[in-house]
Amino acid sequence: MPRDDGIGASVRRKEDFRFVTGQGSYTDDLNRHGQTYAAFVRSPHAHATLNSVNTSAAAAMDGVVAIFTGQDLLDAEVNGLPCGWQVHSKDGEPMVEPAHPALAQGKVRHVGDAVAVVIAETLSQARAAAEAVAVDYGMLPAVGNMTAAKAGKAQIFEEAPNNQCYDWEIGDEAEIDAAMAKATHVVELPLVNNRLIANPIEPRVAIGDYDTATGEHTLFTTSQNPHVIRLLMGAFVLGLPEHKLRVVAPDVGGGFGTKIFHYAEEAIVTWAAAKVRRPIKWTSDRSEAFMSDAHGRDHETVAKLGLDADGKFLALKVQTDANMGAYLSTFAPAVPTYLYATLLAGQYTTPLVYANVRAWFTNTVPVDAYRGAGRPEATYVIEQIVEEAARQIGMDPADLRAKNFISPDAVPYQTPVALEYDSGNYAGTLEMAKKAINYDGFAARQAASKAAGKLRGIGFSAYIEACGIAPSAVVGSLGARAGLYEVANVRVHPTGSVTMHTGTHSHGQGHETTFAQVVAERLGVPIENVDVVHGDTNNIPFGMGTYGSRSLAVGGSALAKALDKVEAKAKKIAAHLMEASDTDVEFKDGQFTIAGTDKSVSFGDVALTAYVPHNFPHDELEPGLEEQAFYDPANFTFPAGCHIAEVEIDPETGTVTLANFVAADDFGNIVNPMIVEGQVHGGIAQGVGQALLEGCVYDEDGQLVTGSYMDYAMPRADNLPNFTVDTQVTPCPHNPLGVKGCGEAGAIAAPAAVMNAVTGAMRAAGVTKPIDMPATPSEVWAALHAS
Amino acid sequence: MASVSMTINGKQVSGEVEGRTLLVEFLREHQRLTGTHVGCDTTQCGACTIHMNGEAVKSCTMLAVQAEGADVSTIEGLANGDELHPMQEAFREHHGLQCGFCTPGMIMSATALAKRNPSPSEDDVRHWLEGNLCRCTGYHNIVKAVMAGARAMNA
Ligand code: FES
Ligand code: FES
Repeated sequence: MPRDDGIGASVRRKEDFRFVTGQGSYTDDLNRHGQTYAAFVRSPHAHATLNSVNTSAAAAMDGVVAIFTGQDLLDAEVNGLPCGWQVHSKDGEPMVEPAHPALAQGKVRHVGDAVAVVIAETLSQARAAAEAVAVDYGMLPAVGNMTAAKAGKAQIFEEAPNNQCYDWEIGDEAEIDAAMAKATHVVELPLVNNRLIANPIEPRVAIGDYDTATGEHTLFTTSQNPHVIRLLMGAFVLGLPEHKLRVVAPDVGGGFGTKIFHYAEEAIVTWAAAKVRRPIKWTSDRSEAFMSDAHGRDHETVAKLGLDADGKFLALKVQTDANMGAYLSTFAPAVPTYLYATLLAGQYTTPLVYANVRAWFTNTVPVDAYRGAGRPEATYVIEQIVEEAARQIGMDPADLRAKNFISPDAVPYQTPVALEYDSGNYAGTLEMAKKAINYDGFAARQAASKAAGKLRGIGFSAYIEACGIAPSAVVGSLGARAGLYEVANVRVHPTGSVTMHTGTHSHGQGHETTFAQVVAERLGVPIENVDVVHGDTNNIPFGMGTYGSRSLAVGGSALAKALDKVEAKAKKIAAHLMEASDTDVEFKDGQFTIAGTDKSVSFGDVALTAYVPHNFPHDELEPGLEEQAFYDPANFTFPAGCHIAEVEIDPETGTVTLANFVAADDFGNIVNPMIVEGQVHGGIAQGVGQALLEGCVYDEDGQLVTGSYMDYAMPRADNLPNFTVDTQVTPCPHNPLGVKGCGEAGAIAAPAAVMNAVTGAMRAAGVTKPIDMPATPSEVWAALHAS
Repeated sequence: MASVSMTINGKQVSGEVEGRTLLVEFLREHQRLTGTHVGCDTTQCGACTIHMNGEAVKSCTMLAVQAEGADVSTIEGLANGDELHPMQEAFREHHGLQCGFCTPGMIMSATALAKRNPSPSEDDVRHWLEGNLCRCTGYHNIVKAVMAGARAMNA
């Protein structure tokens, strides 16, 4: 009988009691004794020189404790924010990597760029004084988008004369052009991947504290990766050694990538708390979040697909411009290169792929990883152009895909763009999704819609992603300045309960439950007796955090390795107790036995013996039962699947209704199906949001037009249907749990599925030119009425 | 400064506030009832939803002094010790939360719906929750939870 709290069970979440009763402990719920409050003075201009920053009137106001400017940071030798990934241009030159001061120095480069920080006794005093800081800006022409950047409307950095960060390529352009010339069909498609704002409902918060007695600095922050913040902030920005710097990320209210990065506010409250010798709390409000959280996506692409007469893909050529914003955020350069172009083979045998990616600076908020990071953009390119190809050559889009799939027998499969896929069955998920949406019944549904005066479309998205990022040696060779292993520690207590420490972080993913299930299953203890601890650099040995769907694939694998060590030692102790050889000991359901005998000891007995070692193999083992593992994966993992969207458009209003959405995914083995489904739902909602609702808009002068929830359309309950989700399992062959990761799939797959459905429906009304995301009623209406 | 008194979760409380102090600040900072969250500054997200005199209201959109004499309940007042309220139980059972940040507001909004409509349809729930944003769940499981919770509350 499988246990009801082990691997594969939809265990209800251990963390939920505190969340549903309002007892979660988010960063803004913490107050430190003697705390002060920080408010930032932010630039209202996209591009300007800082002629002067006069703080004297503000400093004299009630309650003001201190005010710091960029000059103060310079004087104190506080460094700028580092970038964690270096990309090289095709000519071998490293990317242009300008300084990113935590408070602006000399110039401001986007609306929201921080100029000064005011620290006061109360938040309202801090805000009032921030308003009184007099900044003399010298207005400069601003680069509001990539077109203006390329045209050199203004020069943002001295070291980037043409506003270009890098000009990178993968593949052989001459070879691709030759293959394209021989293709029977060449399909070309210009595409825009709209700029998005992650918008976790919890805004960012940072509290700095300094202990004068010990010299220890503490930062409480809304982060997906506290150790990474400690490393970046300690080693690069503030020059603080790890043993004097503690970073705590308690309950975190959603991240979606935007809470990976090291932000200026974190460094400033940490540094300033030691200056003023008081704790300092900064809480972003939503308007501030819109102009200071890293944004996502923002690609402009032209893609070309060459096919032979039978519809076999011969070559894919992609030219992409990627907006970096005004500074390089932590992982920004990697997103449109190694996390994007390496995925452009998709699920297909396309033998030749070439991509050229140019990254540009603009006077906008920095752009970095947002749920999926590069892979949604790649999927959007591939799946839009494949759908377009099917239409142009008159083939069923499902059949065209199936014809070009990499077959399960072909794995491990080396793609032309660096990755080696290790498992997968793409036809399997395509069929599963077709069945779930009743693809055969679509024509009848479309006819019924037509009879009702509506347009109906169906769209596929057969995606693959590279997750569980990834072997440190590989990412290092590609420019990553960090390793990407993970760490787990399993502490078995004397009475057999267990505390496990993980370097990953949960901000909604339910690790306290999933990781505990793995421990419960492996050690045969009830899940109530297992606690999972994360989010505090003083408690956890080390860790790289949670992003890229890596927690279970990398962090769970580290846990499995640590459990192996616990089991090995426990077997030796059990063998000693049973007076047998440890090679004869079997361990199952929490009992150690010797085959063919009735000897048995429980896991609890072994734990107690480890800590009360009266009868113990002292010459062979140390007392105690606690083990740790660092796990560096052998490869990425490759979750894949097929999502299908069906939409209905009202041609009178242009309103697109998502009538049905099905997802068939392959995440390898699954520990908690309920949690996995929830992750897929959430990802789909964000993908549908990108396709139909969301878009971050800057005007030509770099003013943020969509600066609140009034202007930026977040998906709401009544914008979405229920989703049908199902999974197929081809286990990951190279990690001990056989898992691949599920957190990003929905956001990766859904935009292309929805847009293929929208453009399909519109094509039936004679609109052949695909429209861009978001397909808002006005865009759809305009396109329908222009035709 | 003004003094304000009200009943919160059945307990009489009073305090000194500035005229501009929002009700949500009074709850979070003065009363340290941090289960009520703040997710926006434009009355859009609903993370701050509480009950005032039995109606769901956004506590970021009211001044504390406007709640003078009112009967306020927050997420902290819902469970009976370790025993969850049926709506809380439904959210847990149906995985209606991930990061949990929107959850207190969702649950307070949902219980208000369930009082008006003992057996809401999927459409009713989606429409009612229009003022509560969740970025994690895609709403699918929230809708399930609210439908089940409403039935359980009225069973
Ligand atoms: S905090 Fe967003 S509506 Fe109240
Ligand atoms: S559960 Fe995270 S915002 Fe709703």
